[in-house]
Amino acid sequence: MGTEEITEQPVVAEQVTEPKEPLFSKKNKRLLSDPMDDENPITVQVLGICSALAITVQVEQAIVMSLSVIAVLAFGNVIISLLRNTIPNRIRIIVQLVVVAALVILVDQVLRAFAYDVSKKLSVFVGLIITNCIIMGRLEAFALANRPWPALLDGLGNGASYGVILIIVAVARELFGSGELLGFQVVPQVIYDLGYANNNLMILPPMALIVVGLIIWVQRSRNPKLIED
Amino acid sequence: MAFDKDGNGFTFVFATVMVVIVATLLALASINLRPYQQKNVSEEKMQNILKTINVECSREAAPARFNEFVKKRVVLDYGSKVLSEKEAAIDKMDKSDAFNINTKKEYKTLDENERSYPLYICEKDGNTYYVIPVVGSGLWGPIWGYLALESDLNTVYGASFDHDKETPGLGAEINTADFQSQFPGEKIFDENGNFVSIKVTKGGARPDDLHGVDAITGGTITSNGVTEMIGRTFKVYETYFNTVK
Repeated sequence: MGTEEITEQPVVAEQVTEPKEPLFSKKNKRLLSDPMDDENPITVQVLGICSALAITVQVEQAIVMSLSVIAVLAFGNVIISLLRNTIPNRIRIIVQLVVVAALVILVDQVLRAFAYDVSKKLSVFVGLIITNCIIMGRLEAFALANRPWPALLDGLGNGASYGVILIIVAVARELFGSGELLGFQVVPQVIYDLGYANNNLMILPPMALIVVGLIIWVQRSRNPKLIED
Repeated sequence: MAFDKDGNGFTFVFATVMVVIVATLLALASINLRPYQQKNVSEEKMQNILKTINVECSREAAPARFNEFVKKRVVLDYGSKVLSEKEAAIDKMDKSDAFNINTKKEYKTLDENERSYPLYICEKDGNTYYVIPVVGSGLWGPIWGYLALESDLNTVYGASFDHDKETPGLGAEINTADFQSQFPGEKIFDENGNFVSIKVTKGGARPDDLHGVDAITGGTITSNGVTEMIGRTFKVYETYFNTVK
């Protein structure tokens, strides 16, 4: 009986500290908004950089990739959060990996069936969502310790802020690299006739690193919280 | 009873249940999505075949265009004996139909003399074209493609190649227009009618070389794979070409 009381105590304590709060309380809203700026997974925590460099040549790929990551992160967070009181501690990383891997395979299969052309272009990078540090990071750091609703918001917030950076980089690269957006020509022929040329460097991966670097620079110079001594 | 979520027993039970649930889920998803995925793959195959005779179309429009241009689908054996000829619409269940032959699978599992050799006879603007599928090995996995020959069964009219997992920027360049556009005009027989095939030449082919195209920088093994698969496959069709000519 003694052990039972000890194991139950933290659960009681948790419930006491969490009185009924509205679904979109200030705290919950911050779960959505913080990753956008102060806690941005790419520009502040510098996670998930690999995919950000690889699939930002075209906006369409970036959008599909972002949606895939949002879906995996949101569902993964909720599932882990629901299981958080039953997952044996010793195999929790394996459990997280299995959940993420299963979700990623599902996303990959769905893309192959309904968005075949994009899935061919994304090729291995959909599979590599499994190794995206943002996802394991959020599962381990947030979902394991929080209830499903905040975990869902956290997943959506982090996934979306990953997506926003991806799309900004992709817009810059597709616009200056191929003169197109979402496959449509936006730079008019007149400008090419005047001697303007597409910048081929934009299409190559190093340029993604430079664009991400520029975003980090702008963000750090504007946000006082991120200024380091 | 005290519930010990960190005990050995529960850890094993948890892991087992989790694996069973995940496996069931993924198996169900795979079975239910397969028809859609196969439709995409077969439409893409039609699109690639049409591309070699210069008919560009979207993937959705490919089946209709395929029926319009591809008049006859023939299967040959290693000795160039005709095994089957189809002209009617494609029946997915008919294994003897050239379109349903999985050349990639046969390349992996069967010996050269046991494989089937499909041939698509197309008609466009009154001209006849012969489209031949080729399969081979790149650096990391299979590479494949289609070559269209003009009615002299010597001059290449068009080519399309694709790959599974060649290195992006290097070997993967075989599916770009830059590489494929070198093939039209190349010839597979020399002036004396001897079979010489087409070579993907490292360091660049001479502009007047009718049997060579430029290799891909940094993609030597993939380029060699293209040379090998064209030479090996066309050699088999040579007898058939001579009977048709």
